[in-house]
Amino acid sequence: MSEQRNGHVRIGVYICHCGANIADTVDVKAVAEYAATLPGVVISREYKYMCSDPGQELIQKDIEEHAINRVVVAACSPTLHENTFRGAAERAGLNPFFVQMVNIREHDSWVHSDREAATVKAKDLVRAAVMRVYFHKPLEKRRVPIHPEVLVVGGGIAGIHAALTVANSGKRVYLVEREPTIGGHMAQYDKTFPTLDCAACILTPKMSAVRAHPNITLWTYSEVVSVDGSVGDYKVVVKRKPRYVHEDLCVGCLQCIETCVYKDSKFDDEFNLGLSKRKPIYIPFAQATPKVVVIDPDACIQLKTGKCKKSCMEACVERGAIDFAQKETYEEIHVGSIIIATGFQTFDPRRMPQYGYGKYPNVYNTLEVERLVNASGPTSGQVITRDGRVPKSVGIVLCVGSRDENTNRWCSRVCCMTSLKLAHLIKEHTGAEVYIFYIDMRAAGKGYEEFYQRVLNEGVHFIRGRVAEITDWALDPSEAGKLVARVEDTNTGFVRRIPLDMVVLAVGLEPQPDAHEVQRMFGISCSLDGFFLEKHPKLAPAPTYTDGIFIAGLCHGPKDIPDTVMQAGYAAAEAIALADTGFFELEPNTAYVVEEECSGCKTCVPLCPYQAVTFNEEKQKAFINEVLCKGCGTCVAACPSGSIKQNLFEDEEIYSEIEGVLAYA
Amino acid sequence: MEPSAKYLYYPGCSLKGTGIAYEESLLTTFRLLELPIKELPDWNCCGATNYMSVSETSATLLAARNLALARQTGSRDLLAPCNACYLTLRKSQELVAHYPKIAHEVEQFLEQAGLPRLDSVRVRHVLEVLYTDVGVERLRELTVRRLQGVRMASYYGCQAVRPYGEVDDPHEPTRMDQILKAVGVDVVEYNLKTKCCGGALTGTIHDVGVRLNYILLKEAMRQGAQAIVTICPLCQFNLDAYQAEIRKQTGEPIDMPIFYLTQIVGWALGGDVRELGLHRAISGKKLIEQWFTVKKEAETYV
Repeated sequence: MSEQRNGHVRIGVYICHCGANIADTVDVKAVAEYAATLPGVVISREYKYMCSDPGQELIQKDIEEHAINRVVVAACSPTLHENTFRGAAERAGLNPFFVQMVNIREHDSWVHSDREAATVKAKDLVRAAVMRVYFHKPLEKRRVPIHPEVLVVGGGIAGIHAALTVANSGKRVYLVEREPTIGGHMAQYDKTFPTLDCAACILTPKMSAVRAHPNITLWTYSEVVSVDGSVGDYKVVVKRKPRYVHEDLCVGCLQCIETCVYKDSKFDDEFNLGLSKRKPIYIPFAQATPKVVVIDPDACIQLKTGKCKKSCMEACVERGAIDFAQKETYEEIHVGSIIIATGFQTFDPRRMPQYGYGKYPNVYNTLEVERLVNASGPTSGQVITRDGRVPKSVGIVLCVGSRDENTNRWCSRVCCMTSLKLAHLIKEHTGAEVYIFYIDMRAAGKGYEEFYQRVLNEGVHFIRGRVAEITDWALDPSEAGKLVARVEDTNTGFVRRIPLDMVVLAVGLEPQPDAHEVQRMFGISCSLDGFFLEKHPKLAPAPTYTDGIFIAGLCHGPKDIPDTVMQAGYAAAEAIALADTGFFELEPNTAYVVEEECSGCKTCVPLCPYQAVTFNEEKQKAFINEVLCKGCGTCVAACPSGSIKQNLFEDEEIYSEIEGVLAYA
Repeated sequence: MEPSAKYLYYPGCSLKGTGIAYEESLLTTFRLLELPIKELPDWNCCGATNYMSVSETSATLLAARNLALARQTGSRDLLAPCNACYLTLRKSQELVAHYPKIAHEVEQFLEQAGLPRLDSVRVRHVLEVLYTDVGVERLRELTVRRLQGVRMASYYGCQAVRPYGEVDDPHEPTRMDQILKAVGVDVVEYNLKTKCCGGALTGTIHDVGVRLNYILLKEAMRQGAQAIVTICPLCQFNLDAYQAEIRKQTGEPIDMPIFYLTQIVGWALGGDVRELGLHRAISGKKLIEQWFTVKKEAETYV
């Protein structure tokens, strides 16, 4: 290694014990002693916790006192502490990119048990890093400015809370919701567990606050159709679907609905899950926000045939809010960051035909029962089955589409508590005997276990066992005319038949059907279950791997309302912090074109997944936008003339690292 | 034997005894469908469910011999019309695939017997062959006469669809209904398609076994079925043989023909009463005579 090419290199190597995490499996002392013998290494130390303040000070002191100008830290994953050690170097006046980390925890001590072999592996990895860091160059972090405005996608409780939090900090927020009203699933719930607060009573004030907030632009019945750009400067196009009613002119008097030529409501009311009917012109529910009617183009005679007497328009003649000629419009906005809160869908129990949903009218899902027990629901809060009876016995089946390898493997987290709540409400409304069929009751949360005990004391029957089938076949006259749950009661070891008037399937929670399109559009990732992937499961559960894009609520995975609100607040805080900082520091591991060597073949241009590579027609050379480049290296590998290089991944850095790892000690 | 016979037929004990009508109707149906079928030479007992519960390894060896014989012929599809045979052979394959200890014993045993190793033999059930290889639409096209207005319930028994779900959906099987409708039968709703027929209980704890059959017959009647269609010789025998006893015990006028699916399909394809074994029925003889007496002028040609 020539000192002329890269100055006078003085390398310091630091081996971390990570308490016992590394030191139990790797002989850290031997590794440190070995490192000291490597060319260029001036100092080699081991320490119990390198990431602690004294550990960092050790490095800083060596830089200052021993003129160390390259640092190798063998510890945990760089995703955890690379910034810690780069910071330490920077504080001592060293360029932070002269630091190289070696992962001897996740890549070594945690995955091996043979101490001797693990120690050899640690030495190999350290040697590779020492040989690599020799060629490191000083790099500058570049800063991009952050546009202070924020986009929130999805107007459920997560989106509402995030939008309000950001708006209250003085930033401008665009809230985009695809339904005609905000409120999401929470607006459909009756009470909330465990306090039995009325969901609407706590939600609707926040909905009104969104509508009234001077910093929030609310676009309902709208969808994001394209996203361009990167952190700090996203260009987003929003499609505003025609509701055939001018939002600014409609005052929500609802006269048009009354005068609609359809005298009877004939169409399934989405908000009540088809348990009631609406007209072609309708308002989703009384507190819909904005309180503006909407016309269903698939039901409206005028929109379908153009041959209606348009009595709704007559009713609205003074304000003239109804406009059958309305077309979809597109709005383009610039925002610095985006919070995705697109929610979930409930599991379709038709996928488990043994439970008879869709076959037996008195089999319901939990969301339908939320509407049934709700005072403003389709039955005004009376629990009446579809065949008009007040049920005397009700069975709630848990884990329908959850914890099941045939459908969804995950626990949907809220169904146990939802079922306890519904059991309590059904008992209160009807006095029925209520059975809960469960695998495990999961009541973890503030006041949740206490609520479980309360429902136990109210006399709800708990039967431990997965229900085999719901059938209408009667074994004896006592079951005639009823539904029967056939279940193995695993506490007693008997197969039981429980006759029921009403069956409630506690359906699990799933990603939205178009989650993958949303994921692709925003350039984020999904975990195996299809929910959006967070940057770190413990320490960054709202940021994503795409800078400036945050996730909140159920689109990230099943959670209850308090957890949703907390995550939404956290995502909002991150967006506010980004906007307040005003800039974002980019990793300098970007690719660059050595123009003299570029032949202008354009091979690299279509390969870039981030559209960072363009072609300069004037110069006939490729050009890489460093702000958009994520450092994936695709263009570097593809360039036939080798004229694209990448910071921190220069050829000599990589080759000497490979040489280092392969050269046996 | 020439390898051209696509389907190797494994009869098991029933189809040579109480279930002879199943064999007759199966072979007739396959002949009418022009599906090449040959009986597996030198087959032995499948071990049935009983042996499996006593010793899994020994039971697997018994089944493995049949699979190895099938392998030797060069045919890929081993057709096991009896549900118990089907399940035992299928289960043996699973045990060999997932339990190295059993696989090892089987390997040694086959080596000693001079038989080839087990691979690539597919255990098939008649229902699955009719549904997948022939297809509902083809059966509809080939139908030459229909049992106009006759209402039947399809009954699978406990072993065909569970646990593997290869013969039909394990929770809501409908393939038999689709086939029956295609060949012109009215199919009634029947919720007990996979409920137990009593199996061997009719011979051991007789009262319990008979009661289970009573439940099945009674529900079929309640749903308006005039007959039940089965795909298992034990189900067919249990449902067919004890109706007189049930009549005596309960006083209910149950007298219902119990068919094999291949009898109904074979009839629709043009097979005659005797070659389909329809003359062997115990119960519901009057209806059978009424429906199947072949008088040219009374037939409804499609």
